[in-house]
Amino acid sequence: MLKEGQVRIPAGCAISGIFSRSGARTSGEAIIKSISTMHDRSNGLGGGFAGYGIYPEYADFYAFHVFYDTQAARDACEDFLEAHFDIVNLSKIPTRRHPRITDEPMIWRYFVNPLHVKLEASQLDEREYVARCVIRVNDQLEGAYIFSSGKNMGVFKASGYPEDVGAYYRLEEYSAYSWTCHGRYPTNTPGWWGGAHPFALLDWSVVHNGEISSYDANRRFIEMFGYKCNLLTDTEAITYIIDYLGRRQGLTLPEIAQVIAAPFWSTIESRPAEERARLTYLRNAFAPLLVTGPFSILVGFDGGLMALNDRLKLRSMVVGEKGDTVYIASEECAIRVIEPSLDRIWAPRGGEPVIVTLDKGGK
Amino acid sequence: MPIDFLYPEYEVIRNPGRCISCRICERQCANGVHLFDDKTKKMTADESKCVCCHRCVSLCPTRALKIVKTDHAFKENANWTGKAITEIYRQAGTGGMLLSSMGNPEPQPIYWDKILINASQVTNPPIDPLREPMETRTFLGKKPGHIERDAQGNIVPNLSPQLALDVPVMFSAMSYGSISYNSHAALARAAAALGTYYNTGEGGLHKDFYGYGPHTIVQVASGRFGVYKEYLEAGAAIEIKMGQGAKPGIGGHLPGLKVGPDISKTRMIPEGTDAISPAPHHDIYSIEDLRQLVYSLKEATGYQKPVFVKIAAVHNVAAIASGVARSGADVICIDGYRGGTGAAPTRIRDNVGIPVELALAAVDQRLRDEGIRGQVSIVAGGSIRNSADLLKAIALGADACYIATAALLALGCHLCRTCQAGKCNWGIATQRPDLVERLDPETGYQRLVNLVTAWDHELKEMMGGMGINSIEALRGNRLMLRGLGLTQKELDILGIKHAGE
Repeated sequence: MLKEGQVRIPAGCAISGIFSRSGARTSGEAIIKSISTMHDRSNGLGGGFAGYGIYPEYADFYAFHVFYDTQAARDACEDFLEAHFDIVNLSKIPTRRHPRITDEPMIWRYFVNPLHVKLEASQLDEREYVARCVIRVNDQLEGAYIFSSGKNMGVFKASGYPEDVGAYYRLEEYSAYSWTCHGRYPTNTPGWWGGAHPFALLDWSVVHNGEISSYDANRRFIEMFGYKCNLLTDTEAITYIIDYLGRRQGLTLPEIAQVIAAPFWSTIESRPAEERARLTYLRNAFAPLLVTGPFSILVGFDGGLMALNDRLKLRSMVVGEKGDTVYIASEECAIRVIEPSLDRIWAPRGGEPVIVTLDKGGK
Repeated sequence: MPIDFLYPEYEVIRNPGRCISCRICERQCANGVHLFDDKTKKMTADESKCVCCHRCVSLCPTRALKIVKTDHAFKENANWTGKAITEIYRQAGTGGMLLSSMGNPEPQPIYWDKILINASQVTNPPIDPLREPMETRTFLGKKPGHIERDAQGNIVPNLSPQLALDVPVMFSAMSYGSISYNSHAALARAAAALGTYYNTGEGGLHKDFYGYGPHTIVQVASGRFGVYKEYLEAGAAIEIKMGQGAKPGIGGHLPGLKVGPDISKTRMIPEGTDAISPAPHHDIYSIEDLRQLVYSLKEATGYQKPVFVKIAAVHNVAAIASGVARSGADVICIDGYRGGTGAAPTRIRDNVGIPVELALAAVDQRLRDEGIRGQVSIVAGGSIRNSADLLKAIALGADACYIATAALLALGCHLCRTCQAGKCNWGIATQRPDLVERLDPETGYQRLVNLVTAWDHELKEMMGGMGINSIEALRGNRLMLRGLGLTQKELDILGIKHAGE
């Protein structure tokens, strides 16, 4: 049977997120409880979490989380990392044996910064340098896969039910101001660990529920800009689209939402002239990055979180607020189970982004 | 000489029990097939003049007529077919090139028919175009590839001139001269009503049609007929014709007998002179020269109009298209070897060029490999026969398609492939006033609008089935296609998987 990345696998899913606007950090227990409520939306073939603010002691270093299939892959990857980065710390990621989490690869963590000389020689922006190195390892080093590469954040994922994955990675030992998680329901193969969500590049992380019908149109466009969609998953393509539009084109998050979940032409035409011109421009200039088909996504980034539905809202997604904490999930029950008395709860409209950021930039 | 005698290819079958000798067939046939015999008071036919255009059949009030392929035959021979033998006789008798019209009719593979379309099941919902918005609006033109902002942080509109198409179909180039005034009138009106564009071809733009300028693409071909400042300014876009799928490597030919006063004025050539376009543009001997013409036209029109470059699909089309994309062109039009024509040497029509399916797939992939797909739009033509071909072309990577043969069929063309004779009984490929008036522009316009509207409905229905509700998400979405009965090489070139994979 072909592994993920050799064949494209559609998947249905559950997502959940918790964000503290004040920056208060909480352990992974609440998010595990939330996602486990939606157990039936996963089928045990993939689960994962992203936490922001989890590595305050290494906040200025890129945290690489890496899967290795073989010792040889690890050797090759570490050679590559040593040639391109200053590695200040490396260790196995702590895990706990779990009866339902099997076939684990070697899972390592590196805190790194680009080698000064290499970075200067490359004449690239630092983040572009890091992104290129990550893409190169994932594309070219057989058996090595960097699945998390941001600063002061990390992705933890595996094949299994998400609550088991959370227990396996001992997420109760991490504290984050922003948690997202994902339970996966792939349809026709034993999910590969790398294929689980979140999918991440630099500090972007994306969890996604849905199956996008625009996948190959999006993929073939985004690959023109150096991205390699090796996993053939929607989430990977969406992550690269967001990185391209946000980091490389400098679009704001609302503008990114207006590209990937662009308003219908009939809606655009009903807007005032200036707004109409702007929306028409965005939709035309980045037409190949329109994403169609059902999706609800949570995009984590440094200091914030964006939730977005496809423009027809073909996937459920609700948002709740309690004090300065924001909850977002596929189903309301996943929010109520951890916060029964909400100040406010609503279902955002299709294509309408919900963006939350740290108060005062988290200072 | 007896060897030059060729038994007519088609026979006119007249049901004597039904024929009332009304002589309509006689009046309708510009080829003079039907005759009334005064002695017998019966209709007769000289089928050697019959081109099988069905005009008489369609107008016979008693349905007394039909045209059948003759069963007269040469001795069976798989190699020396009847067609091959008669062509030898004709050339031995005349010393001339064989001439043909319309697209290549030979039974080479039609890749469209070997490509299948996907639909959503379970994991992803189909979308119902009767109940949800379904968008087929397309913009043609170069995309900026980078965002610019003003001091306030607002996005600066830095797009080059764009053409907005309400449907991803345009009417391809057919010159006034090769087709009639009434055909042009129908095409121009239909383009305006559909929110799309028609193309003047290389025959200039008749003064009467300047009003349709916002829906007109004006062509600049190697003969430069009818090209002057006002003409360039009249159109919504300008197309440089480098080649044509039906006859790559040669220019257009309009025989002098078709050049009457009106065409003479529109083309800006003397009446009765042959309008023979040179094979190359004599100011374009290489790619850097093309760039100069592209920018000359942009200069002449104040950078207000996108410039299209139309090329025939030939062997090295991907590299050529890459060069064109870097020459400042906003849109590349690829014309496949099945594209139609008013007249072409038969050998060229049937043997030169490659299928548009393969050319389109190769060009789209090449431009992506080079990272310049956003710099140009791609328009595919030659031949798109229905909405499924259209959808497959877009999924292979086209931004829009050109149709011409299909448009002529909508106007009444029966594909008799005898346009070069100028005696089109349907009033399309002719300049004879009595024939031209048979095509009512009002009816023609309505039929064209009907055709494209029907295709648009079908396109939306198929897109909805795939779970796609906007055309841009279909463009280049090759995972939505599968091949059937194709070799791995063909699949690789098309960039699609085989059915079942």
